[in-house]
Amino acid sequence: MGKRFDIRAQPGFATIAMFTFFLLYLPIVTLVAYAFNAGDSIAVWEGVSLRWFVSAANNDIVQQAALRSLIIAAFAATISTTAATMAALATTRTRPYRGLTFKYAFINQPLMVPEIVTAVALLIVFSRIKVWTGYSGLGYLIAAHTAFCIPFAYLPIRARLEGMDLTLERAAADLYATPWMTFRRITLPILRPGIVAGFMLAFVISLDDVVITEFVKSGGQDTLPTYMLGQLRRIVTPEINAIATVFLMLSVAIVTAFFFLNRKKA
Amino acid sequence: MASAQESARIAERRDIRNRWLLSAPALIIILLAAIGPLFIMLAYSFMAKGDYGDVKFGQFSLDGWFSVFFQRDIFDDTISLADAHLTIFWRSVRLSLATTVVTLVLGFPTAYFIATRPQNKREIWLFLITIPFWTNLLIRTFAMQEVIRNEGILNTVLLTLGVIRSPIQILYTDTAIMFGMVYVYLPLMVLPLYAAMEKLDFRLVEAGYDLYAGRLQVLRRIIIPLVKPGIIAGSILVFIPSLGAYVTPRVLGGGKNLMLGNLIELQFGQGRNWPLGAAISITLMVVVMTALLIYVRSAARTGADNNG
Amino acid sequence: MKWKLAALTTALALATSAGAAWADGELNIYNWGNYTSPELIKKFEDTYKVKVTVTDYDSNDTALAKVRAGGHGYDIVVPSANYVQIWVKEGLIEEARPDQMENFKNVDERWVNVPWDPGRHYTVPWQWGLTGIFVDTSLYKGDINTSAIFLDPPEELAGKINVAPEMNDVLYATIRYLGGKWCTDDRALLKKVRDKLVEAKPKWIAMDYGTIEKFASRDYGAAYYWNGAAIRAREKNPDVRFGYPKEGFPYFMDSVALLKDAKNPENARLFMNFIMAPENAALISNFAKYANGIKGSEEFLADDMKGAPELNVPKEYQDAGEFLESCSPEVHDLYTKIWTEVQK
Repeated sequence: MGKRFDIRAQPGFATIAMFTFFLLYLPIVTLVAYAFNAGDSIAVWEGVSLRWFVSAANNDIVQQAALRSLIIAAFAATISTTAATMAALATTRTRPYRGLTFKYAFINQPLMVPEIVTAVALLIVFSRIKVWTGYSGLGYLIAAHTAFCIPFAYLPIRARLEGMDLTLERAAADLYATPWMTFRRITLPILRPGIVAGFMLAFVISLDDVVITEFVKSGGQDTLPTYMLGQLRRIVTPEINAIATVFLMLSVAIVTAFFFLNRKKA
Repeated sequence: MASAQESARIAERRDIRNRWLLSAPALIIILLAAIGPLFIMLAYSFMAKGDYGDVKFGQFSLDGWFSVFFQRDIFDDTISLADAHLTIFWRSVRLSLATTVVTLVLGFPTAYFIATRPQNKREIWLFLITIPFWTNLLIRTFAMQEVIRNEGILNTVLLTLGVIRSPIQILYTDTAIMFGMVYVYLPLMVLPLYAAMEKLDFRLVEAGYDLYAGRLQVLRRIIIPLVKPGIIAGSILVFIPSLGAYVTPRVLGGGKNLMLGNLIELQFGQGRNWPLGAAISITLMVVVMTALLIYVRSAARTGADNNG
Repeated sequence: MKWKLAALTTALALATSAGAAWADGELNIYNWGNYTSPELIKKFEDTYKVKVTVTDYDSNDTALAKVRAGGHGYDIVVPSANYVQIWVKEGLIEEARPDQMENFKNVDERWVNVPWDPGRHYTVPWQWGLTGIFVDTSLYKGDINTSAIFLDPPEELAGKINVAPEMNDVLYATIRYLGGKWCTDDRALLKKVRDKLVEAKPKWIAMDYGTIEKFASRDYGAAYYWNGAAIRAREKNPDVRFGYPKEGFPYFMDSVALLKDAKNPENARLFMNFIMAPENAALISNFAKYANGIKGSEEFLADDMKGAPELNVPKEYQDAGEFLESCSPEVHDLYTKIWTEVQK
């Protein structure tokens, strides 16, 4: 037998995957390219220049907005992934019991309502609270983001959990491991890819949210998307592209750091 | 023996109680910051609309709900089915379905590819998928405009290759909206699929090949059924949010053709009809929730069978 | 490592949300996105030692909803003309009497007795403009001063027209085009309005914002849009010309108002007075590219705006322009229904 038969390979899958990556990055490449546009259009190329990066660096408002987005996303993703993991454990691998269906619907509910509705509803509720307590910090935004991030974190974790082999956990129990130990050393590591997937999804969803943030934010609490929404009606300049490019660099940097840290562990 | 049965029941009850405790944080957060406020929306849908937006608080009215399904013709006062709403609803469902299918077709091989990379490289590939989404939705949509407009990349390539003779008008059509939504929701399909595929036991696949199955058969009868939870999770995560999408249709569709998200937003904006907006959203939510519940009932049943 | 990261982010969060730990002078402006000149803000901050924050909104209705709900923390809002009376009626803005402020003498007489704020008891002009016709004259050489460009499009332009997704502006132009008056509830006429729009829509390519780049890339051949964008479109595509629909076109004016529950009313009044000075008004114009309502600001305007045809309404069309009033809720309903039908 000459060629080794790769049981994992499926015809055409690698091609489609590469094509998908290409498609994903094509608009990104355009976007980054126009960040260096000398002109002030996001569609008409007029030569290379760094002016928009300079402009973005001088733009305090946009920097604060971007930072705010990151902070909210970090908090929201962490809290929601934790809650979602616990909820996934609670709602899978069990016979239907009273309240299971209800829980499932409850947890996924934020997905099902168009954002504008949640946004207006939250505006009404949070405004009352703001008036009563006088607190108007980032707490409301973080709470709102956490809520709608939960189903996004929940579903990948649940998908991973379903159909997971229970024999390993049973074996651990047979070996007198406490439930907590079983969880920490067997379930959690197996669950990890689902949790990572859920966290990243939640993070990205929170970063992108515009409608709910627009209505819940208080004075001076613009996030990057709401800042850009405001620009939509006026003039859109490549400054936005410059900011997006910086974000991109940032995420690449974080990924690289993560990668190196992981290698050291192994 | 009676005591064995009893202890089994006690254990089961304790198990259920633990499950409630575990799911408590998620439930509480969502109650406070998502569902609770919705009851207000429900109440609003039964009120009379205010003159300048908002509602006349406490004034009961069924106008909102009436307008979801029926309309009074503006000019001759006849009542008929709300044609505009149906058109919009149908367009949204169609586009969302198309989006789900396309993301599945593109996402399945991609997730599979990532899941079959060497162990230590997988998370890198995952990050590569999500990195484009670290840029902002609005900019990405603008960038997508660049690609599909008449003098954009897609048309230029097709023209140079001689596939078409004059630029295809893609931008500002329903197809453009679909492209945009696929682009936006792709990671929502890939990530759950990946999570399900990553634990695929390839010994089962190998067994399939040992039994002389062809690649396609192995795919169809072994791999796909095993990762079904991932497929379903991904489809839910794409279909439902895309039904209520609003930024993408606005930017790529040219704003000419409303989708459900735009229609609802219009009611809370220039339309100044909050009760109608609330009623439409609740209708949408009920429809979707019903479909979801049917799914979870059947999934729980098979799940229990598998884990017995 | 995770704990350190958590601690760091908590610190950052606290720092940014504490925010207003500055001097006792503060001002919170709630304005349209990308509409407030950073230069103007800086100048104000330096002159009065007040810390200014600007928060964005993208529509009158969002702003109204947020302020109405309470607990917003803003001092100043900048509503459009046709909304000012709504804000007044709902008791949301203060009768600040800018007409008694020091710099009021600089306000152009044209904008003092506007129908929606006679004598200027509530608001100070920020920017004004109008919605009119853009045409890429390399495609079409005919008369551009008419709404027919988007309602009965000439062949050369069909399929390349953008219409601003602004219900009031579009309906206004169509009603006037067909001979009616704004806020009419004449059903027969409105039926014609609806039919005309439904008939014209297939000839439009989009109903979108963001017009300037599309003229530059020649994706659009014509548009019904705001005049400020026309200057920039012309800069990018010298064939673009701006036309004033002779059948009737809507003015818009955004004005600065003091919110009733403002926490910093004194600073807000200072700001209102500040922007009535010609050199400051010019700062606003140079940023947003629209005209302001203050006499004497022309000499401070940027070169590309001085004498621009898009900003100066020619004499023969001055009567064709009108400020849109807010119609009665019943009529508004009617218009919304027509609009939904057009957009479905």
